[in-house]
Amino acid sequence: MREGAAAAETFDCRISFASTLEEMAERDHRVCAVVNDSVGSTKLKGFRDRFPERFVNVGIAEQNMVGTSAGLATGGMIPFCCGASCFLTARSMEQVKVDLGYAKNNVKLCGMSSGMAYGELGPTHHSIEDLAWTRVIPNLTVIVPADPVETRAAMQWAKDHVGPVFLRLSRLPVPRLLPDSFVFVPGEAVTLRDGEDIALLANGVMVTRALDAAAGLHERGIEARVVNMSSMSPIDRDAVVRSAKETRGIVTVEEASIYGGLGGAVAEIVADEHPARVKRLGVPGVFAPTGSAEFLFEHFGLTAAGIEKAAMELLGKETAK
Amino acid sequence: MNLTQEPELSGLKERLQKAARTVRARALQMVYHAKLGHPGGDLSSADILTTLYLAILRIDPRNPSWPERDRFIMSKGHCSAALYATLAAAGLLGEQALQTFMEPLSLLNGHPDRNKVQGVEANTGPLGHGLPIATGCALAAKMQRASWRTFVLTGDGELQEGSNWEAALCAAHYGLDNLTLIVDRNRIQQGDFTEAIMRLDPLAEKWRAFGWLVVEANGHDYGDLLRVLGAVPHEKGKPTCVIAHTVKGRGVSFMENKPQWHHRVPLESELAAALEELMKGEL
Repeated sequence: MREGAAAAETFDCRISFASTLEEMAERDHRVCAVVNDSVGSTKLKGFRDRFPERFVNVGIAEQNMVGTSAGLATGGMIPFCCGASCFLTARSMEQVKVDLGYAKNNVKLCGMSSGMAYGELGPTHHSIEDLAWTRVIPNLTVIVPADPVETRAAMQWAKDHVGPVFLRLSRLPVPRLLPDSFVFVPGEAVTLRDGEDIALLANGVMVTRALDAAAGLHERGIEARVVNMSSMSPIDRDAVVRSAKETRGIVTVEEASIYGGLGGAVAEIVADEHPARVKRLGVPGVFAPTGSAEFLFEHFGLTAAGIEKAAMELLGKETAK
Repeated sequence: MNLTQEPELSGLKERLQKAARTVRARALQMVYHAKLGHPGGDLSSADILTTLYLAILRIDPRNPSWPERDRFIMSKGHCSAALYATLAAAGLLGEQALQTFMEPLSLLNGHPDRNKVQGVEANTGPLGHGLPIATGCALAAKMQRASWRTFVLTGDGELQEGSNWEAALCAAHYGLDNLTLIVDRNRIQQGDFTEAIMRLDPLAEKWRAFGWLVVEANGHDYGDLLRVLGAVPHEKGKPTCVIAHTVKGRGVSFMENKPQWHHRVPLESELAAALEELMKGEL
């Protein structure tokens, strides 16, 4: 971990999520929330108490949760449909495809505790497939915010955008990376650090780790570019092509399967437009063993040290100092 | 609509009968030309669709996206030929468009797309999607304290999908008396009779147990349909389930109550015979 980073204050993005939703509901009577007995894990107790008439708890029933949200949108509301990402996406995939993507219903899916945030609870509760599944659905915007500021900005954009959106959120604490003035623009990646030796393309809670890895690489005389790829669909193809052209290789970092998510998307783009070396960090096609989220990040090399090592290997350099 | 006036009621029934006959004929012609479709269900749902669009739904064909309109969700999206023909009868779709049914680049896909056809509220086809969507519509109206209502038509075999029962719990829990489900109870699904594939009876008891107000009706009797659908909600605080007893293939003797007509395409001679029966028939 980079010098001083340990002292940085960290935030649970769900707090930003919940307060932003309450603010939006106060200003716009069309905003409502739909949950699957997930009041606690979505941090929406405050919303429920303030706006009970606009709060729908469908119980443990994800297909109906997404279908009902599509109906609320058909009836003129702007539903934020919130549940653990593993159940929200997998259990209701056909509703997400047909009722939201195909029908273009104005629903905001909020996948909470995505990736491996549920750690020890095991692969049933991990949501590492959701990016691959949702990214292929036309009309569905897919966003993986990196910090509390981007969580808020992405929600504000999503509320004003007429169409389905999947916000992939985490419960894992992260430091603040973006300025309060940040405005989310879909399809626009944000370069957080310049560098022309190698490019680290990350999203979600991995962006902080990519920045820490870049600091470590700097000490080794390697300048790494760090790009926040929060907008998974649409994706910033130019940012990927520029990384391929202007550096000697790309490392993708995501709390997801290396198949079909960010790594898959980047590999598709460079194969189409500018072939480049790509190393994909994530979960390599296995169900994770038992362990905490942090243990699993170590296990799969999803740490600053792991990213640094992958970058060194891609550049053909020894990793021992 | 004042249905207590006998002459007016019989006039309305006559209009519905005429419109439904046209819907049946159009649907069979569409399926014949496309060489694809679901004629059995088109024919079993024709009277329900016609009654809804011409006598029950508060809609404005000149302003199909009127926010205060009643919502109708066609959950059995495979019976799109009957739906499109009914939309044409209601003035929401041009008669010309019907001739393009399932042709390349036609707006009339085999299953309806709300972004392409005015009056279509949901993209259905995979079964078990309509009732959850309708439940959301009814919740939206409650949130807005609006008076528009939601109607949804499902097949009966479709009720084997679990998502319906998730929505059934939800609609009753939230007391959605502005929601009316109509089950096209023709007792036949793709592969066989429903009771042979996966038993649904006793169906009314199931809905009652889930907290719905259940009414049974003859799904081919306009008087019955008008009486039942014109009087919703039948109980304050409860969603209504209308079990409409129908005959699959209704109106064409050789198609009636035969599972193979779920998605069989008529031969030229069969189409001619069917149209002749419809035109001279008592329906």
